[in-house]
Amino acid sequence: MSGLPVGTAPAVAGPPAKAALRHRLAERGMDRTLLLVLPAALAVIALFCYPFLYGLQLSFQPAKGGVFGAYRQFFAEPFSRKSVWATFSLAIPASLINVGVSVPISYRMRRDFRGKRLLLALLVVPITLGTVLTAEGILEFYGPAGWFNRTLHLLGLADSPVQLTMNYTGVLLSLVISGFPFAYLLTHSYLSGIHPSLEKAAATLGAGWWQRFRYVTFPLLLPGLMTTFCLSFVMAFAVFPSAMMVGDPNGSTHVISIEAYQAALERFDYAQGSADAMIMTALMLVVLAAVTGLRSRLYRGSTGGKG
Amino acid sequence: MSTVPDMTDGARTPAAASPAGSQLGELRLRGVSRAYGSYTALHPLDLTIRGGEFVALLGPSGCGKTTALNCLAGLLPLTAGEIVLDGRRVDTVPPEKRGFGMVFQNYALFPHLTVRGNVAFGLKMRGVGRAETTRRVDEVLRLVRLTEQAHKHPGQLSGGQQQRVAIARAIVMEPPLVLMDEPLSNLDAALRLEMRSEIRRIHQEFGLTTVYVTHDQEEALSLADRLVVLEAGRVSQIGTPAELYEHPADPHVAAFMGYRNLLALDVVSVRGSRAVVQRRGLRLTGTLVGGGPVAEGREATVAIRPEDVRVAGPGEQPIAEAVAQIVEYHGRALHVEAVTGDGDRIHLRADGGIRPGDALAVTVDADRALLFPSPGTGPGPDPAGAPGAAEVSR
Repeated sequence: MSGLPVGTAPAVAGPPAKAALRHRLAERGMDRTLLLVLPAALAVIALFCYPFLYGLQLSFQPAKGGVFGAYRQFFAEPFSRKSVWATFSLAIPASLINVGVSVPISYRMRRDFRGKRLLLALLVVPITLGTVLTAEGILEFYGPAGWFNRTLHLLGLADSPVQLTMNYTGVLLSLVISGFPFAYLLTHSYLSGIHPSLEKAAATLGAGWWQRFRYVTFPLLLPGLMTTFCLSFVMAFAVFPSAMMVGDPNGSTHVISIEAYQAALERFDYAQGSADAMIMTALMLVVLAAVTGLRSRLYRGSTGGKG
Repeated sequence: MSTVPDMTDGARTPAAASPAGSQLGELRLRGVSRAYGSYTALHPLDLTIRGGEFVALLGPSGCGKTTALNCLAGLLPLTAGEIVLDGRRVDTVPPEKRGFGMVFQNYALFPHLTVRGNVAFGLKMRGVGRAETTRRVDEVLRLVRLTEQAHKHPGQLSGGQQQRVAIARAIVMEPPLVLMDEPLSNLDAALRLEMRSEIRRIHQEFGLTTVYVTHDQEEALSLADRLVVLEAGRVSQIGTPAELYEHPADPHVAAFMGYRNLLALDVVSVRGSRAVVQRRGLRLTGTLVGGGPVAEGREATVAIRPEDVRVAGPGEQPIAEAVAQIVEYHGRALHVEAVTGDGDRIHLRADGGIRPGDALAVTVDADRALLFPSPGTGPGPDPAGAPGAAEVSR
């Protein structure tokens, strides 16, 4: 550290007084407030690090096939291999929809209007509903005999019920309903961090509304949108209850988490279950690393009015 | 959108505009006003700005000066009135089609663009060609002396440099009108002085027409060709710096122009343009200004600059006896705040030799004491109001 020129060298002729240990530690960011981190650090080690490492070593000890047997098994079996595709085909569209829909809504919600608070409450309420409740609601509402299909039938728009549950659509719906509030709240706070005078300045420079969004607001918002996408993606990637309840867990929505669940708790092959979970983690990290890498190439400084 | 005329003219080249010539003939504001619900931020404002003029809107915070500027820029809709630019009505034109340059108080530079990107932004929006853009940006950057910083982001610049980028960005469009909203208020004192002359230099070199909002009377006096003093959303006075400095129209303007002594007194006698006023321990002869009704027994506000109050010489009739309370060292002179036996505060300049606690007999020449008839009739409604107004000036 360049901040420690004094005192580290042994005393020569008339050395400057050695800085107190406390100051030298503070220079490296160590002081007593560091103790505040301790409880959380212990919890993370006991409840995350240890089980994770335990699962990792377990995944290398399958009953047959050597060290990488469980991993080889996952990719050799077409049914389990396809769960990778099933997961991505749910998580990526769901995150894109959540982020994409959040942008115009939060863009408009920056300004005040009548009923803004009510609308905000309606947008955010799904956060308070559990996944299971949402899934049951979807089953009731969008099911073959649900209100949605009955309304379609009454309006003469559909002769036979539209199949919206127990398949891909049902799970996607559930992911959007429960994931959107998070995406919206994040986008909204990123957007309100952009000083309104920037758009005003752009307007006086001749930019119409689309140009103002395209050249000023969007570039400043993009890093935030990428973070929002990452969080949204992580939530959607781990989809489990809705894939079971409103999906087709043995077909189009046979996602990795279901594959791992069935391996570990239906076939009692813990090594295979752990390996599936590790594969899931690795895939998730690849996507996160890609998005974060992309993000680091963008402008990420202040978004205030004063540069 | 297509029905509104596009006021912009992206094809102009700097060479086409002669250095002193302005693109703007005349900008006329007629009854421009702005209300928020029942609160009127700006009462009907009439103002005609001629091409090449530097007009300052001066007033304390909340006086409506920024509201007026935002109305001019098109960022705020008008509640009533119209704005006419060389015979064309512009108040119905959205800001992006008005083509006025604006410098914001917080500069509002685009943080994700370099200095060059910021300055070129407006040209890009207008679809000006690449070569032409480069040429014009280079020229403006040279003018504001930022050629070296062209590749930097705003976050890497000092306050003064950011401010110059904001000006460059506004003037590269060669706008008929440049609007500046307290552009110097975020700078430190030394830089403020430097940028003040810079702004005046750019105004003259580019032949701009500028409307400048400020609460600093020194800035307004030194920069502007004409001042508009606003108070509570109304115009108090419009005139050249000299007119306002020498002949303020009312005590409010006087307070802004450095008349720090504002005292409410009762008229004792009137003779021609002179009148004698007194209240409590104060008695003085002053010059009537403002043209209101003045008669014996009515109240008048006297306005005197601190530099016109002096310690009475031998044989001179003092206007009051007071005790020096606060003595500020201002280099060549001392600024003394003295309090009379009845609690009136008198500000004066003195050469030296005054210490807190000294008893002073002070006087003022009759033509240096301006008497404004107080609004309303009868003896003073609120003598405390005048010294309160004096606080505004500092």
